[in-house]
Amino acid sequence: MTMFEAILLTIITASTPLLIGAIGQLVCERSGVLNLGMEGMMIMGAACGFAAAILSGNSYVGVLAAILAGMAMSLIFAVLTLGLAANQVASGLALSIFGLGLSGVIGAPFVGAKRDQMAKLYLPGLTDIPVIGKALFGQDPFVYASFALVIGVWWFLARSKPGLVLRACGENHASAHALGYPVLKIRLLAILFGGGCAGLAGAYLSLVYTPFWSPGMTAGRGWIALAIVVFASWRPWRVLAGAYLFGGITILQLHAQGAGVKVPSQFMAALPYLVTILALVIIMRRRGGQKTAPASLGTPFVPDR
Amino acid sequence: MLATGTFHMGTLHAEVEANTVCTSSRPSPPMLSAPPLIEARAIVKRFGALLANDHVDLSVAECEVHALLGENGAGKSTLVKILYGLLQPTEGTLLWQGAPFSLHNPAEARQRGIGMVFQHFSLFDALTVAENVALALNGDEPVTRVAARLAEVSRAYGLPLEPGREVWRLSVGERQRIEIVRCLMQDPRLLILDEPTSVLTPQECEGLFATLERVKAEGCSVLYISHKLEEVRHICERATILRHGKVVGSCDPRQESAASLAEMMVGSKVAPARHDRLVMAGEVRLAVGGLSLRSPDPHGTSLRDIGFEVRAGEVFGIAGVAGNGQDELFAALSGEMLAETAGTIRIDGVATGQLGINARRLMGGAFVPEERLGHATAPSFRLSDNALASGHATNGFVRRGMIDRAATRAWVDRIVKAFDVRKGPRDPEAKALSGGNLQKFIVGREILRNPRLLIVSQPTWGVDAGAASLIRQALIDLSRSGAAVLVISQDLDELFEIADRMAVIFHGRISAPLDTEGLRREAVGLLMGGGGFSANIVDQAA
Repeated sequence: MTMFEAILLTIITASTPLLIGAIGQLVCERSGVLNLGMEGMMIMGAACGFAAAILSGNSYVGVLAAILAGMAMSLIFAVLTLGLAANQVASGLALSIFGLGLSGVIGAPFVGAKRDQMAKLYLPGLTDIPVIGKALFGQDPFVYASFALVIGVWWFLARSKPGLVLRACGENHASAHALGYPVLKIRLLAILFGGGCAGLAGAYLSLVYTPFWSPGMTAGRGWIALAIVVFASWRPWRVLAGAYLFGGITILQLHAQGAGVKVPSQFMAALPYLVTILALVIIMRRRGGQKTAPASLGTPFVPDR
Repeated sequence: MLATGTFHMGTLHAEVEANTVCTSSRPSPPMLSAPPLIEARAIVKRFGALLANDHVDLSVAECEVHALLGENGAGKSTLVKILYGLLQPTEGTLLWQGAPFSLHNPAEARQRGIGMVFQHFSLFDALTVAENVALALNGDEPVTRVAARLAEVSRAYGLPLEPGREVWRLSVGERQRIEIVRCLMQDPRLLILDEPTSVLTPQECEGLFATLERVKAEGCSVLYISHKLEEVRHICERATILRHGKVVGSCDPRQESAASLAEMMVGSKVAPARHDRLVMAGEVRLAVGGLSLRSPDPHGTSLRDIGFEVRAGEVFGIAGVAGNGQDELFAALSGEMLAETAGTIRIDGVATGQLGINARRLMGGAFVPEERLGHATAPSFRLSDNALASGHATNGFVRRGMIDRAATRAWVDRIVKAFDVRKGPRDPEAKALSGGNLQKFIVGREILRNPRLLIVSQPTWGVDAGAASLIRQALIDLSRSGAAVLVISQDLDELFEIADRMAVIFHGRISAPLDTEGLRREAVGLLMGGGGFSANIVDQAA
């Protein structure tokens, strides 16, 4: 395996959980809901997914459990913010803290347990093509799923009527209601989708990336996924670019450290975050401060009856 | 195609074909045998303790233009929301061509052929015209097909629209066109319009009336909600009048005068503002010249070379359709936004363009912004705290850093007494007051300070007739006592009633001032639509 190939493969591995988490959050935010509970939902996915995979001996059962765990967490958020019209920022932060704690309890019996990585695709001939073979045809199912999600979400939002309705709810919930759309129901579904994606991203971490469970293993990736949605100005293709930019720099700085570049390692470790902030600032400036966020993002909706 | 006498409205068929043709010369009231298109019987709608509709009866005949009249809070909007399926009545029945039916949501209403043009448009700014239309259509028609059909219908009705444009780029008139066209695309039988002309120029209103005439000729009934009485007399055949949630009468508005309709709406006579002729305007109090200002809002309007003067003793009006730079002008004059050079705004000859709002208040300025809740007042603050908010620099409410509660409360009592502000407790939160009472409080708060210059934006927007008349009178009286009063308003009737001179703002530019006396509304309307504007600017320069 060449150096280039190794870098390419690790970049894909580092970017995939961010991409899956961010694309789910994008759908949620386009419906007008800001769920800062990303980190908590993701780590619950990681813990429950790993636990279920160990207990059942089947990775796919683990994946399913992770998705359900993420959705269950997001359901708590939905009850608070849609049912009780609670503040979305406060509820989301609480959900993150709650998820970090609860995942530690669920994962405690499984600390130190080990599983094999989920199998990667192998197509004789294709996967053996040098340089790009492994990258294109030798990935695990998550990677293909992440790209399918981006295409699916893009098509749904840009081309389908339900997607248009979802965007309408995020843009102006009062008008959407006046036209007869069930704003709260649509937002509930969007929140659940975001939760399911977060759980799936978590499963990737504990079943493929590491593959073991340790408390706090998401290490802020949920927050990065949230930032990527803003970075992408709520567009699916730009989420793809953002996730790979961040994942790419994370890996490159590791290789640079390995190669003995004379820069403090702490600075190198901070590089991906710095680049993300810089990119955000540049994008915002180039757009002349024009708003790109869904206009109703973060505002609770209470219909009168 | 069908002659008036032979057309089949009179048959007992419950279902009238959709392509029924009506003519405007049809006798009204309608023939006895035809059931009304839609009828509401004894509708009751309760919101908690509030009875918004109290046994309301309403019927709209086939091909009738029917007015629903009433003051703010009379229950008009509640009733039409029930007719559009947005609200469920607490009691009462709805009938469609004589048969009872119920509406659970707006999609069902649209299915039946009920279309609605909302007062505060139900549009999505960031979406395109075609997407906005697609959202209001039942079914899964792809946006590209909607766009094609939209272009066709808008051409056929002479209501031009570009399907691919985003809504925030459009004027208010164009936005309303979207709402109307999307109703027309569903072959409506009943078109409901909620205060459709409150945001239009007089010319745009004429265009709307022509469209309604045509829609009616094609067999559609219209339910027209308004409090503009001249308009109702002009286009409606029947009117139902609501007051405090009850039907208080119905009439043929063509047989009534505006004054008699107003009396039915309000329940008592409304005195027109008493207006002494302006004897002689005093010295220039506010002088604006060469004021240009970039709007910080990307959807806002930048000001370009604004210039006018307001003299002591006069009411000066600034007319214009919303979104033509009024917000920016108010911000620049009040000091919420600073001008680039100090000399572009002068109060009593002193350059104030770069002074903050308090400095301008100390020079005798007083400012009433458009938005009552959130700008003029903090909604969850008590009235006394809101009085402090605008008077902390000038009224001596603060002593050695501490608030003098007794003084702020006494000040509130004074305003309440002088301006007849009706409220429950002595010092309620601002949001607990009705729109009219809160506006009286806000205007009173500034006027009682005896300002030398008062700048007020939309002084009676969404305020009931009684409060509006009181506020307008107070503005005139203030000017006659020697202050300069600048009124920015979209309501042309209001400006014609109280202003001595007025200018029109359009796309951030301002016209030459015009004397109200002898001024024709059409001339102002033309300027509001931008017509002859550049010529006017040339005049100004000459």
